[in-house]
Amino acid sequence: MQPVATSWFFYGLSAVAIVSALMVITRKNPVHSAISLVFTLLSLAGLYLMLYAPFVAGVQIILYVGGIMVLFLFVIMLVNIEHNLREEQFNKQWLVATIATVVLGALFGYVYYHGKGFFPAAVPPTPEQVNTQQIGMSLYTAYMFPFEIASVLLLVAIIGAVVMAKKRI
Amino acid sequence: MPTWAQFVLLSAAKSVVVIIILLTAVAYAVWLERKVVGRMQNRWGPTRVGPFGLLQPLADGIKFILKEDIIPTNVYKPLYIAAPMISVALALMSIAVVPFGEQLRFGSFSTPAQITDVNVALLVLLGVTSVAVYGVALAGWSSNSKYSLLGSLRASAQMVSYEASLGLSLIGVLLLSGSLSLREIVNGQSGTYFGFLPRWNFFPQFIAFFVYLTAAFAETNRIPFDLPEAETELVAGYHTEYSSMKFAMFFMAEYTNMFTVACVGTLLFFGGWHGPALTFLPMVVQSFVPLFWFAFKIFLFLFLYIWIRGTLPRFRYDQLMAFGWKVLLPIALANIVLTSLYIGLTTP
Repeated sequence: MQPVATSWFFYGLSAVAIVSALMVITRKNPVHSAISLVFTLLSLAGLYLMLYAPFVAGVQIILYVGGIMVLFLFVIMLVNIEHNLREEQFNKQWLVATIATVVLGALFGYVYYHGKGFFPAAVPPTPEQVNTQQIGMSLYTAYMFPFEIASVLLLVAIIGAVVMAKKRI
Repeated sequence: MPTWAQFVLLSAAKSVVVIIILLTAVAYAVWLERKVVGRMQNRWGPTRVGPFGLLQPLADGIKFILKEDIIPTNVYKPLYIAAPMISVALALMSIAVVPFGEQLRFGSFSTPAQITDVNVALLVLLGVTSVAVYGVALAGWSSNSKYSLLGSLRASAQMVSYEASLGLSLIGVLLLSGSLSLREIVNGQSGTYFGFLPRWNFFPQFIAFFVYLTAAFAETNRIPFDLPEAETELVAGYHTEYSSMKFAMFFMAEYTNMFTVACVGTLLFFGGWHGPALTFLPMVVQSFVPLFWFAFKIFLFLFLYIWIRGTLPRFRYDQLMAFGWKVLLPIALANIVLTSLYIGLTTP
């Protein structure tokens, strides 16, 4: 079956992603921010699905939404929120923020207008193609070294967390 | 009619049928549980409403709808109302990728017995299960009550911990079948070992099955892992402040999750709808035999759930965490290593 109304889905999901990303920084209550971040991550997963990357979308939901954000929420629920609500929300650093925004905007504009050559024209995949195996293959052949480095990094992080949390090992 | 409209209509029709059947099954699973646990504890269970108490689920449903819906004063309303909806919606969502049998045929028209055939169905299931934590977590937080909060903290810690083992226990099966599609995993289990033993993944992967079963019990918050709603310490845990239909939604979500766990266990480890062909039956009945086998295996799973509920006491919280991380996770990892070694050495 041919995909239908793809542009509607794309703009809808993007709008949800952007609006909820803005909510993450503008809400005063940290629980609301966390929930907004969940919506951002979910709509990103939807966008991955539209790029025919079901594995990436699935992992995005399982790891980020189901794992990391739950832990965020877990910690926030333990914190006394009444105190946070009275704190000042934004640091008034207009100058730095403006410079950063302008530079980032210029970068985006440059890539948008002159960036065609950066990305080689790929063959658009079909919905029926299973690319889970391809991800596994390229992880263990072409990208073996970065993959192993990342796993060692994670191991170091785990050991570091245990060392910091335990008084006596 | 364009293809997409056909697709939408067909999916909607299938969803309605499946949800009605599922919710009826959920209601009668409650009845079964009360009956079986009753017999195990040497009493009758429900007997008053209808023969053998068979109309009890109906009476319960009416009672839940008619009860007063109390919303406590200091709850955070939007999330308090949304939490049970999240729970029940996600519980129902996961059934969408579960296949129930081969093609269904009505004359010349045929369609797979499944709402939607996704090629990463197992990832969808894991994803939906992992998102389902939010129902419980937000319910506890928005209730603004100590018992609810403690219950939901326990629930989120427990579900995040056991999700790791749950995901790892499935990898052994995936290695054997080489696909994430539930339909292909089931079809890989047709036939027999040595001519008499059904070719179920359970036999080579019985360690993975043990890990899956334990982790799934923890994910569905059932005894012996029902710490989030331990009534001796936490009144009713995360749903302490909920009444009427909102409470019933949490209840429905729990039992629907039990069905999903039973479906996935059947599909991954017990050959799904494959079973002995009952050739002595007339042709019209024959086409329903796979569905019958599937339902029968799910029934056995549910019975096991109830049996364990009637047998085991509850874990202590530190025991729960230690068991999850120090016993279940290493076993699951060892199983993956052994399975991949076997596959690596036997395939040329």
